Amino acid sequence: MTQLKDKDPLGKVIVITSGKGGVGKTTSAAAIAAALAKRGHKTVVIDFDVGLRNLDMIMGCERRVVFDFINVIQGEARLKQALIKDKRLDTLSILPTSQTRDKDALTQDGVEKVLNELKEQFDYIICDSPAGIERGAQLAMYFADEAVVVTNPEVSSVRDSDRVLGLLASKTKRAEDEGTEVKAQVLLTRHDQRRVDAGEMMTIDDVLEILAVPLLGVVPESPAVLRASNVGMPIVLDEPSEASRAYEAAVARLLGEEVDMSMSKEKKPGFFSRLFGAPA
Amino acid sequence: MSLFGFSLRPRRAKTAQTAKDRLQILLAHERHDGSDGPDYLPMLQADILAVIGKYMQIKEDDVDIQMERNDEISSLEINIEIPSAKQEKPVASGLRGRRAR
Ligand SMILES: Nc1ncnc2c1ncn2[C@@H]1O[C@H](COP(=O)(O)OP(=O)(O)OP(=O)(O)O)[C@@H](O)[C@H]1O
Ligand SMILES: [Mg+2]
Repeated sequence: MTQLKDKDPLGKVIVITSGKGGVGKTTSAAAIAAALAKRGHKTVVIDFDVGLRNLDMIMGCERRVVFDFINVIQGEARLKQALIKDKRLDTLSILPTSQTRDKDALTQDGVEKVLNELKEQFDYIICDSPAGIERGAQLAMYFADEAVVVTNPEVSSVRDSDRVLGLLASKTKRAEDEGTEVKAQVLLTRHDQRRVDAGEMMTIDDVLEILAVPLLGVVPESPAVLRASNVGMPIVLDEPSEASRAYEAAVARLLGEEVDMSMSKEKKPGFFSRLFGAPA
Repeated sequence: MSLFGFSLRPRRAKTAQTAKDRLQILLAHERHDGSDGPDYLPMLQADILAVIGKYMQIKEDDVDIQMERNDEISSLEINIEIPSAKQEKPVASGLRGRRAR
């Protein structure tokens, strides 16, 4: 419906962040970027985890990295040279980070310049944040228009997400200059319905009640995630799975479409809404 | 080759082997490059620009370096866009007319 209509002049910057490590940020950044690109949106995904480059492996382009984000920031290469075009989707590009330098190589001015240049060429700029709340994570969120806070239904992850939501509301350009907010939504990942049913895992509602931000989606714990990472496929480009459908649905919501959340609700949905509830 | 593995191998999920292969190739390169990383590339690029620049005018953007790291061999592909006549301002109609007929 909104496909050709609102042609935004500048791309939208979306940070994928969490505070806690290992909750699924990189998996989600790759999946969200690929799902947007699949829908025809020109999308770039940037690795902000300087020194611990991993997005390239998840995207399957690790053998093609020549120049990186840091080379561009330091004026050693042009942006065009550092961008890797995905071989599967021509609407998708990857900007890898440096494996050999550290977070101090990121400067606020440098990041801003690169993002501004990317905004001219892409509809969506997906920033894969490092864990923590230090420099790297702060710079990944600083210029964001929107945020996806990846959370696992587990105490330390939820606590860290709360902390990150606080930073999004205060330590971003939007918060500082414009007094506008970065729109933040929670993406609950590694959700295990059986453990919820057994009372071992917090429910979606429990988590939302605590964090008090909208829910973008629920991604189940799924063996498909490991499989896809083995072969370097963003999950939505690999064989269809519950996890890939969950990411497709989350991206549909990110684009403002109304997608039934039934798949992810605790109350058992009917078989059909379970199977077909989330349009691809 | 492995001491115990031969009967288990075929049953192993195929993607795990892919993961191992990818890592072996990547890590062999990363360890070999050491902490210097592929950071010679910016210098290589600057040198290429300087050499070509002795003979013709090119911009930094006209040099495109691609890399493909493989098991046995890696390839570095360097494409240089050489400015052609048509870049020297559109003298337009005269030329186009000639081509048309
Ligand atoms: N829905 C899921 N089901 C099963 N495993 C998952 C799921 N999501 C992520 N994982 C696994 O969790 C691990 C961490 O994922 P990922 O690297 O995406 O997290 P991260 O937040 O980017 O980590 P870091 O903080 O180190 O950057 C990986 O092994 C990944 O395969
Ligand atoms: Mg990560």
